[in-house]
Amino acid sequence: MKKRLETKAHYLFPIKTIVVIGVILSIIVLTTSAFKDNNIAADFAGYENVNADSAESVKAFLQVYKVLMSPRCMNCHPAGDQPLQGDDSRLHAGKVLRGKDGKGLYAAKCSNCHQPENTPGLHTPPGNPKWRLPPADMKMVFQGRTARQLALQIMDYNRNGHKNKKQLVEHARDTLVKAAWNMGEGRTPPPLDYDAFLKVWDTWIQKGGYAPKQ
Amino acid sequence: MITLNINKKTYNVEVDPEMPLLWVLRDVIGLVGTKYGCGVAQCGACMVHLDGEAVFSCVTKVKRAQGGKITTIEGLSEKNDHPLQKAWIELDVPQCGYCQSGQIMAAAVLLRENPNPSDEDIDAAMAGNLCRCGTYLRIRKAIHLAAEIQRKGSKK
Repeated sequence: MKKRLETKAHYLFPIKTIVVIGVILSIIVLTTSAFKDNNIAADFAGYENVNADSAESVKAFLQVYKVLMSPRCMNCHPAGDQPLQGDDSRLHAGKVLRGKDGKGLYAAKCSNCHQPENTPGLHTPPGNPKWRLPPADMKMVFQGRTARQLALQIMDYNRNGHKNKKQLVEHARDTLVKAAWNMGEGRTPPPLDYDAFLKVWDTWIQKGGYAPKQ
Repeated sequence: MITLNINKKTYNVEVDPEMPLLWVLRDVIGLVGTKYGCGVAQCGACMVHLDGEAVFSCVTKVKRAQGGKITTIEGLSEKNDHPLQKAWIELDVPQCGYCQSGQIMAAAVLLRENPNPSDEDIDAAMAGNLCRCGTYLRIRKAIHLAAEIQRKGSKK
């Protein structure tokens, strides 16, 4: 009997070891793939270690801030659920609302008026295939934010639409962001031209994504 | 040549692809139930459904509608018996009537997505449709009635 037990224990030991090693390996693989999916740790660390310079970064952000707070960007990042419109950022006509996905509600969805391209003529709806507001569960408000608040918000993965720094850099190349410079007749463009904006945006992020003190 | 599917019928039209859909509907095809109000997507009189969404046909270029399904007020129901049409008649909603086809097309999207809308839902859905006669209160009442007709209809 004793011998049988010993034999059993002899077989059990490697199985137990294999199970433990298996579990540890699975945890490592899962953790690695989780980071690979959203790249948070890897990319944030990568950028922060290269050329970090808080003075340069903040200086660039103050230029970025001017663009983001211009009507072309801020009008679709309102503090409330009703978008803004025009150079005076008045509440959008027709009391249209954000809706859950940011694309409007019922018969008042953004793309019912906003076409894939600008509609010709003064006071006509500007267009883009992706026209929308941020969604209700991630409003990404610009209106009313100080430079510091906005910088911290954009650098916060949980408040910026789940973007890491690499994705933030890419986001500035998004067609809907570019649409700010294709504003249609009768609207003032953002205060920097698009290429100048890209330059300060990239500099801000690549130098560390620092927030101004105020 | 542009091929359009309007109210389940196919139309081939020789028009500039940049032409607003409203022009094609009214002037080329002759479906004049949809109205021209402002021409700049501010009033809702021109509202039709494109793939089920209530688009402003005065700013929707006909090329966008190609390949999609267009429904105008003439095609909302086969016998003018959509719950909204019944409710509109029951409560005598229109005054001059000019905006009403747009109003009904907007309300149809609301009732499809929300079969039991509150006043707030109705106001949110209908805010893009203006009525210079001010029939808003009757419109709201009629949408509630249509919702009730729709619910009773779906129970049978």
